[in-house]
Order: sequence, then structure tokens, then C-alpha cells
Amino acid sequence: MHSADLIVIGAGPAGMSAARRAAGSGLSVLLLDEQPTPGGQIYRDVDRASKTRGAILGSDFTDGRALTRGLAHENITHLRGAVVWQIEEATRVNFTRNGKAELAEGRRILLATGALERPMPVPGWTLPGVMTAGAAQIMLKQSDIACERAVLVGSGPLLYLVATQMVRAGVPPLALVETQTKADLARSLRHLGGALRGWPYLLKGLRMLWELRRAGITRHVGASDIAVEGDRNASGVTFRVGGIGHRIACDTVLLHHGVVPNTQAARSIDIPHRWDDAQGCFAPECDEWGRTAVSTVFIAGDGAGIGGARAAALAGEISALEIARDLGRMTEEERDAEARPLRSGLGAERAARPFIDSAYPPYPGALAPADDTIVCRCEEVTAGDIRRTAGLGCLGPNQAKAFVRAGMGPCQGRYCGLSVTRILSDMNGIPPDATGYYRIRPPLKPVTLGEIAALAEHETVEVGK
Amino acid sequence: MKPDSPFREIDPETDRVTVRFGSSELSLPRGENLAGALLVAGVMPFRHTPLSGAPRGPFCMMGACYDCLVEIDGINRQACMLQVTEGLQIERPSINRAIKGAGNA
Repeated sequence: MHSADLIVIGAGPAGMSAARRAAGSGLSVLLLDEQPTPGGQIYRDVDRASKTRGAILGSDFTDGRALTRGLAHENITHLRGAVVWQIEEATRVNFTRNGKAELAEGRRILLATGALERPMPVPGWTLPGVMTAGAAQIMLKQSDIACERAVLVGSGPLLYLVATQMVRAGVPPLALVETQTKADLARSLRHLGGALRGWPYLLKGLRMLWELRRAGITRHVGASDIAVEGDRNASGVTFRVGGIGHRIACDTVLLHHGVVPNTQAARSIDIPHRWDDAQGCFAPECDEWGRTAVSTVFIAGDGAGIGGARAAALAGEISALEIARDLGRMTEEERDAEARPLRSGLGAERAARPFIDSAYPPYPGALAPADDTIVCRCEEVTAGDIRRTAGLGCLGPNQAKAFVRAGMGPCQGRYCGLSVTRILSDMNGIPPDATGYYRIRPPLKPVTLGEIAALAEHETVEVGK
Repeated sequence: MKPDSPFREIDPETDRVTVRFGSSELSLPRGENLAGALLVAGVMPFRHTPLSGAPRGPFCMMGACYDCLVEIDGINRQACMLQVTEGLQIERPSINRAIKGAGNA
């Protein structure tokens, strides 16, 4: 068994910065991450990226190396390929590594599990060749793989980023099909003050748009009625703009309309969540240090509410400071003094967020999908199936799950949970908070009996010291 | 390598190993992400759904969606969470076993 002062789950920006700060304060840290290399999704495999790939992906990506370098600290043990599947007693973590289950005990746990793409159920979204825009970017980051004859569909800055990276890689997308409207832009202008405070993000956005225009990439803005065509594979995208129907033949379709907190681990230990109307998702309830209602468990980064990579790194450090104080490594005064510049940085990072969220809202057609559109990919449950459960009296996702198996497949609701909550909420006229979410139970990731059998009682391994 | 794959390695890795996918032998880049390497090699779909038999392939590439499940040594695994190693024997999960090793509790 492993034992440490702090167990950090997830080696993205929040997890890496928290691990380093906690280690620097004298805590022993066990960092568990699923991937073979640190970085999370945003800095995926950043240490291995070649110079060319670094140039394609830009300095916002290669900046992540400062965080991966920080993991080289004597108090940090980073276990790669560690898939967490259960948290018990708010202090014990079960995970699988190299085909064997292992157990770790920590005095505190920090969940830094990041974000997931917001589910985007449109007709045809389960066809081979349809992926998330994030997936396309992950392939580019980790494996130098580009999607050819691609159409990017949805809304948000990530679409522009992926598109410009594809242009730089010499594999430009065929077109962008964007769902935000002029009315969204008009509504977002009341947040312009905050946006101007977060001006580096605005400038980056304008640069990307300019780069796309220069590359001659067509942007269809204000698209609706989006569907992916194809029999065995995606072969085209259809949509309407201003009442006119369009069809683009293509081989790959990359969907994105924002990211949402990955709350699976937090929900599995009954941490309360609330509906965030501005971001259209559930987020765990945390205090200003990331502490949850389970007093030994903290959450930092996008898993606590979407703020982006830089905000996540700052939040990770802030949580680490309170954990260090909590475990007697610093006084309240020291904690506050060290947190002050981090908080001011966090404020600046978050300033542009309300503008971005309102200028690039989720695609309405995917929030209220047509009856025959699949919502639960695993169990092939349609939006109409979910609506019928509301007609049968189902008030929440757990009842609907029992009727139609939505959320019962291997992804455990990761790509249908928010859709099911929203559809039931709309049907029943009950707000999302009262409608609720799936009850998430361990194992969070599949684990075999053989792997559990390998969970023998080992000698305790003291981490870090 | 099938020429009709819409997934392309920008700068092809020269260190390659042989793996089997069903009855075909593939030369894949050592150590790279297995799902990505299979896509470039023209493998599609990765599996069929246990309910309707619909074809599926990688969707999220980050271990969350389970659409890239393949069968290795009798266990269904997420191809996007594995690396290419010499001699892998990969099968499409048979439909009636498609949730074995990957089901909810």
C-alpha cells in the first residue's frame, strides 16, 4: 500500500501545480494519473512534442513543460498509467496499474480530474469518423496525427484553436460550421468590460480568426438543423444558415460546443453539486480553497468549474496552500500571504470567461435533440425514449435509467448525463438542480476480478520521504 | 496501410512494430497511442454496439467514451488508453461479449 500526506488524482495543470506547491511546503505527495506521461489533456504528452509539433500547437501548449518539470521533486511520487476506480472513507484510493489493483492512503485527497467535452447529440454523432474537436487535438498533440477532409462543428474558442493548428499542420479543415448567432454576440457585449480585462484572450481569438481568414477557411456562422450523414462512416454534414440548406461532403466531423467539469469521482463520494446556469452544467460545491463538504477532499481546476488551463494551475496551488496549513505545515497568515498573488492572477484569468460563455453558448439543437437522435451512445437510447420516461412520471435521471438503461453502459453517463438531466428538466418543468444527475457508483473505470485479486496486502510504502 | 484512411501521420514514425488486428497484419509506430495508430492504418470500425450492431470508432480519445473498445487477450480495453507494443493481438469485440470487462457494476 502507498501512503502519503496528499493524493492528487490527475496530472493536468491543476494536479501538477498542486503537487509541486504541496511538495514545496513539505508534504509527501502521491500523484496518480491515467496517462503514460504528465500533462492532462491540455498539455498531453507535452514533454515528447517535437519542435515542429510545438510550432504547430503554439506556446500555450509548450508552456506546459514548466509544470511537468515541477514534478521532479523529492516529495512527489508520480505513478503513470494509474487508473483510479474507487475512493473510500474519503482517504483511501483504489487504482489499477500494469494490470494490478493497488491501494493508496492519503491524509488529504485533491481531485484534479479536469473537463470533458459537453455532449453534443446531433443526428449521426455516433458514426465512425465523428469525434470531438478535443479528440482531434489530442491526436495532433500526442501522435502527430491529422484528420483529413474534416469539418469542425459547434461553437467556442477551441474550434478556432483546433482549426488554426490544422492549418499550420498543413491539413486545413474544409470548413467551420458555427452555431453561435449574432444575438449571442449582442448579449455577450454586456460582459465586454470583463473581456477587456482579460484582453490577452480576446487578442488570441482575433489572431486565430485572422489566421483562418488568411488560410481561406470558410466559416458558416449561425448554423442550425445540424446532422451528420453517412451509412458506415461519416460522409457529410448538413445544416441551415438563414433558412438556406447546406451540405458539405467530408470524411471526418469534429464536434465541440464547450467543455464541462468531469464530476464522476466527486459524485462517487457524494460531494454535493449545483447547477451552474451560465456554464450550463453541474459543478461541485467548493469553498474558495477548493474544499468540499467532505472535509478531507479538495477539488481544483476545470473539475470544479470551467476556467481554463492557467486558472486551473493557479487553483491547484491555492488548494495546496490550504492543505499544507490544514496539515500544520504553515500558518494561516503564511497561507494567505502566499495565496494573495495567486488569487489576483485567478481573477484576471477568469475575467474574460463570462464574455466567452455568452458569445459561444452551447448549440440549442443539441441541448434539446430531436426525438430520434441518440442521446446515450452506449445503450443507444434516444431523446424521444427519455421524453417518454418523463411521460411515465420519471422526475430524474436515476428513474429514467431504470426504465430505458440510459447511462448504464461503460461510459457511465459521461456523454449523456447532462443531456438526460436537461431533457427531463424541460419536459417536467423542474429546474436542473431539482431534476438532479445520475448517482455515480464505483468502479469509476472498469476493473477485472483478476486485477482486484492482485490487491494483496503489501507492506506500506512511505511516499516521498 | 489502407490509403483511404482520413487520418494521417504528419511525420511518419520510422520505428515500427507488427501487430495483428483480426486477420490483418499491421505495421504500427512503436509506443504511439494505439487508437490513433489503428485509425491511421485504416482500421474502422473498431467495434459494433451490442444492441443494434451499429459501427463505432474512437470518439473522445481520452478514456471517457468507450467507443474505441477492442479485445486484447480476451479482455475489452480502451484502445485510446494503450500504447502500441510488438506482437499485440487485437480483435473486434464480439457483439454478445462487447461489454465484458467494460460494464458498469
